[in-house]
Amino acid sequence: MTDSIFAFNSFAEFLAMGKHGFYVWLCFGVTLAIMLLNVALPWLARKKYLNQEIRRLRWEAQNESGS
Amino acid sequence: MNWTWFHRLGSPKWFYGISGRWLPLLIAATVLLVCAGLVWGLAIAPADYQQGNSFRIMYIHVPASFLAQSIYISMAICGVVGLVWKMKIADVALQQSAPIGAWMAFVSLLTGAIWGKPTWGAYWVWDARLTAMLILLFLYFGVIALGQAISNRDSAARACAVLAVVGVINIPIIKYSVEWWNTLHQPASFTLTEKPAMPASMWVPLLLMVLGFYCFYTVVLLMRMRLEILRRESRTSWVRAEVTRLTGRKK
Amino acid sequence: MNRVFFLLLVREARLMFRRPGELVNPLVFFAIVICLFPLAVGPETQLLRTLSPGLVWVAALLAVLLSLDGLFRSDFEDGSLEQWVVSPHPLGVLVLAKVLAHWLFSGLPLVLLSPVLALMLGLPADRIPVLLASLLLGTPILSLLGAVGAALTVGLKRGGILLTLLILPLYIPVLILGSGVLQAALQGLPTAGYLLWMGSMLTLAITLTPLAIAAGIKISVGE
Repeated sequence: MTDSIFAFNSFAEFLAMGKHGFYVWLCFGVTLAIMLLNVALPWLARKKYLNQEIRRLRWEAQNESGS
Repeated sequence: MNWTWFHRLGSPKWFYGISGRWLPLLIAATVLLVCAGLVWGLAIAPADYQQGNSFRIMYIHVPASFLAQSIYISMAICGVVGLVWKMKIADVALQQSAPIGAWMAFVSLLTGAIWGKPTWGAYWVWDARLTAMLILLFLYFGVIALGQAISNRDSAARACAVLAVVGVINIPIIKYSVEWWNTLHQPASFTLTEKPAMPASMWVPLLLMVLGFYCFYTVVLLMRMRLEILRRESRTSWVRAEVTRLTGRKK
Repeated sequence: MNRVFFLLLVREARLMFRRPGELVNPLVFFAIVICLFPLAVGPETQLLRTLSPGLVWVAALLAVLLSLDGLFRSDFEDGSLEQWVVSPHPLGVLVLAKVLAHWLFSGLPLVLLSPVLALMLGLPADRIPVLLASLLLGTPILSLLGAVGAALTVGLKRGGILLTLLILPLYIPVLILGSGVLQAALQGLPTAGYLLWMGSMLTLAITLTPLAIAAGIKISVGE
């Protein structure tokens, strides 16, 4: 063991996680994806909503000036 | 005690403004806490003597489980506030919390199942905690489905509030009955997260992750609530001004 | 107030006896579901005996659930529910009478039918009193909790499947305790403690659910 603060000696060992690399990385990967999805969905919905609203406002402004 | 902050919460405009100021701080806190917790938990914390490195799944399983339970409780609190004081913000918070809670219950179940494979040798074991979490996920589905089925917005909010309160009274009963069921059918076996004593190098990253997940919930909840408020108030002048300001800056 | 409670019960009874089909349907459903299991898992006596507590309880739970969909529907459609909401009598008492009537005409017949079906599944005859006690304590809880869901979904067009989704998770403690009591009885363990637990759950349900049912009806009627 080296006296570094890390629990692993090399990056390859870190990736292997003993014998459990598949399970650990699958868990963290899926969780990270779900967290990003939770942030991305409201963000995209907000963008879509703003675009819709600005189009509606512009349309209303045009109609008011036209009539 | 000064209650003006509570009454101000009833104003969507005030809430929108104050949440806009808090959001960047909360995002920064989330990113910092989760990154620190991830690096510490994945790379620095020593491997468990019994489970080896698979115990690192704990660093997302436990925060997600905590969060799934506390989100349901916070939904019930919002439900009481919405029913008693007829506060619209509480209605919005309740209905926007439910999908996040369902996702967290799902994460908890998924990580629990994946963790179960190296620990128990099977992806699904009818363990008391996992079973209770599965029931919690069904409770979340119920709230979401009820909210979507009722077309009237205020009726939907109040129906969800009643359901959330009924559910939260049931959660302890469900929890204890499931635990009792589990001990009846199989002698108390090795549970995933029960540790006699965890060294600080193991629980400090866990604490960071739990705090990070709570901040994450607040961030996502505020994002969803702010969008919902804009939608609900889209006819008011302040939302029009906000929309033109936001879209004007972008172009 | 007692008078109103009693009058409502009599009204429900009269309505029920005019449409005896509704009384019989859950019972037939209960019997058919019980018959499905031996056909699905095979007729081995030992296996059926070990499974019988769970089978009887799951079938009873589904039968109650089936009868719940129409609990408030006709009253909602003919406007009786609105009359209840505006009447001077406390809504909680009125709904309690309604739920009691529902239990008397769908829960109680299930309880009375269950010994026959349990014997067919191979449950020993001397365990029948425990089965009756667990069902007598458990089915009223099912009716009360189900009424909360029925009240919340009564105004919706396709409330039936939603009702199932809302209510089944809440039924789990009753299912666990009810079939647990029977399993304990099958293994020769004492059952009084579990039955007391069920009794306290029933007390809690009688106390709290009328409030939730009343709130649900107010929401559904107000929509």
